[in-house]
Amino acid sequence: MLSRVANSIYWMSRYLERADNVARFITVNTHLMLDLSLDKDSTQWYPLIATSGDDEDFSKRYSVADEKSVVKFLTFDLKNPNSIISSIYLARENARTVREIIPVEMWEMINELYHLTQAQSRKRSIADLQDYYEFVRRCGYIFTGLKNNTMSRDQSWQFAHLGQMLERADKTARLIDVKYFLLLPRGQVIDSPYDTVQWGAVLKSVDALEMYRQQYHSINYRDVTEFLLFSTAFPRSVSFTLESAAFSLGLLCGNADAPSLAMQEMKTLIGSIQGSKADDIIASGLHEFIDVFQYNLNLVDTAIFENYFDPEAKA
Amino acid sequence: MALEAYQTGGFYDELFKGDGVAHDAASPLVKQIDALSKAELKRKQKWAEDILYQSGNTFNVYGDKKGTEKILPFDIIPRMVAASDWDRLERGIKQRIYALNLFIQDIYNDQKILKDGIVPRELIFSSSCYLKPCEGLKPPKGVWTHISGTDFVRAGDGEFYVLEDNLRCPSGISYVLENRAVLKRILPHIFQSMKVRPVSDYGDHLYRTLKFIAPEGVEDPNIIVLTPGIYNSAYFEHAYLAQQMGVPLAQGSDLIVKDDYVWMRTTRGLKKVDVIYRRIDDEFMDPETFRPESVLGVPGLMRCYRMGHVSLANAPGTGIADDKAIYAYVPKIIKYYLDEDPIANNVPTYICEDDKERDYVLANLDKLVVKAVNLSGGYGMLIGPKSTKAEQKEFAALIKAKPREYIAQPTLNLSRAPTLVGNAIEGRHVDFRPYSLYGEEIFTLPGGLTRVALKKGSLVVNSSQGGGSKDTWVLGDDTTVVEGGANAE
Repeated sequence: MLSRVANSIYWMSRYLERADNVARFITVNTHLMLDLSLDKDSTQWYPLIATSGDDEDFSKRYSVADEKSVVKFLTFDLKNPNSIISSIYLARENARTVREIIPVEMWEMINELYHLTQAQSRKRSIADLQDYYEFVRRCGYIFTGLKNNTMSRDQSWQFAHLGQMLERADKTARLIDVKYFLLLPRGQVIDSPYDTVQWGAVLKSVDALEMYRQQYHSINYRDVTEFLLFSTAFPRSVSFTLESAAFSLGLLCGNADAPSLAMQEMKTLIGSIQGSKADDIIASGLHEFIDVFQYNLNLVDTAIFENYFDPEAKA
Repeated sequence: MALEAYQTGGFYDELFKGDGVAHDAASPLVKQIDALSKAELKRKQKWAEDILYQSGNTFNVYGDKKGTEKILPFDIIPRMVAASDWDRLERGIKQRIYALNLFIQDIYNDQKILKDGIVPRELIFSSSCYLKPCEGLKPPKGVWTHISGTDFVRAGDGEFYVLEDNLRCPSGISYVLENRAVLKRILPHIFQSMKVRPVSDYGDHLYRTLKFIAPEGVEDPNIIVLTPGIYNSAYFEHAYLAQQMGVPLAQGSDLIVKDDYVWMRTTRGLKKVDVIYRRIDDEFMDPETFRPESVLGVPGLMRCYRMGHVSLANAPGTGIADDKAIYAYVPKIIKYYLDEDPIANNVPTYICEDDKERDYVLANLDKLVVKAVNLSGGYGMLIGPKSTKAEQKEFAALIKAKPREYIAQPTLNLSRAPTLVGNAIEGRHVDFRPYSLYGEEIFTLPGGLTRVALKKGSLVVNSSQGGGSKDTWVLGDDTTVVEGGANAE
């Protein structure tokens, strides 16, 4: 398939997954605030910015990190390239260039999501936006359903899947990190009832609460970290999504004896995750671990570009 | 109810014989539309617009920073073409295309028709559509005009007239297919009572046409659609057609010429391209041959084409046959190559390059329609009876300055069709563009684009000037395949 098209499918998928996850981040935070009876001017909105990787951009343009500014920045700020509206816009622009490849229903869904986002962007209060975030998440499920049920397992699916899985791995890791920032000033409350509530909200935001309970029954820091990073059974865990991405990458590469650069980087990344244990990570610092993880993830992304998307390399 | 107060206003009407009386073939359609209340009709209209909006075939509203988008206006009341009318239209179209294809081949090769003095030599060589790089070209299987869309209007006498031949990859077919898909959802019960011929197999026919022209010896050709990109106003259509055929949609930057072959850049390296359905204008196709500044095209493409290493649809250079001044000669062209009388009517055309005809045109600007020979989209046009003195003066000056650039025709009394406008159904002027494919033989899709001038009294149907579109129902007889399988009973 055309390199440009493969690139667009990969990014269409990544941007949709990104929008979905940002909606999850905001929802989890809203619930936390309610559970902890914090008012909307509380500093507990800042962790969302801190873990987004866009804190520099945010602090240049906003003076305080309260509900209003953070919600605006993450949801409808067109100047923030990772906001929900920007992600959906970019997903649609990418989808537009691959319309001939993706199912009609997928294009129409992305189109509908875009138009609805445009219409919603006039709302500013988080109370008014709950339905919208819910809708964004539901679109994520529809996208996945369409992708898995209506696309042939050819290269276009593999690239769509690869984009979705890598983005999900990145965002799930960041989500765990949100909790790290939340905990900073409240270090003394580990495994307190507050802590349980907070980790419950994190699990809920990735629709993992029920599956987690079936395995661990009670909520605590160590087990949630283990579950979200290492579960080989839960499909949103970092380890699971990376394995799934590696499977697609393997099919794209074809020759197992001569792995592509992307495949080599992927193996390194998976090795670094699976060679770790929850207790060790917690002891040496979860935040530092996730920093390294994200660095390695970027190496995979760069290698995918070089292997498959870079038009100059092919000429 | 809905059609109760409808008046034909003295125009030929596509659905009505006279006030309150439908054409025989249109009778079931009229009856069922009339059975709907205006509120129901409006609701269905809104529904159709929502479907089209969601399908994303939308335009950015110019100058709107909020990203507002809109669809090409669509009217849910279909236009109808009776089986007998279609039979003659189809024969007329095929005859024209056969003849014009032979004409193009002759013009770029032997030029017999010029030597025999049928078409004036200077008319050809003064045309900006004559492409010198095409001299001596012999496209695969002798076909130049693979895809064409013939513009017709119906005049006050009820006769169809050809207005333009559109031999340079015309657009609009995606509306034909989309409009039909929408109406099947909105008015399904009406289809069942009419013998509407299907259009949804267009993609199959197009694919077979493109496969037919593959370079010699290529069994399983790699066929692609070439688009200028997402900012082109017809991008939706390019993607749509690639999707209908299941082939890649490429941009110029995806292609490269190497060792005199065309290749596309894929995730697994370079892959050879055999047939290109290009939706890029001749002059932008290959900066090596045509406009050197073009960034849309592929340098070296013409070289590969000349060598027979890649096939192009349409062939470059076909514009010479749909130059509006050449149009006047089409009846003679048909007679010359086919020794047949033209089946489709031509509109009498005055060529301003000719001294006598120009004098007539200048003296009758208030009665004639003047058109620039090489512009489309309703631009560069003067409609005499609707023009001001100042406009006539302006065109007189233009014609005198560049007579070769203008032609004139009598103003036709365009037919009308019932159209939902606000809360009322009123007559609006329409035209008709059926599409044809020339591969092993000529196939004309039984359907087409009906454009409608939504402004009251307007004769300009172009979308850039307030025009919309309608679904067009070509009716079958007992021997044809129709939508909804009405014949199966």
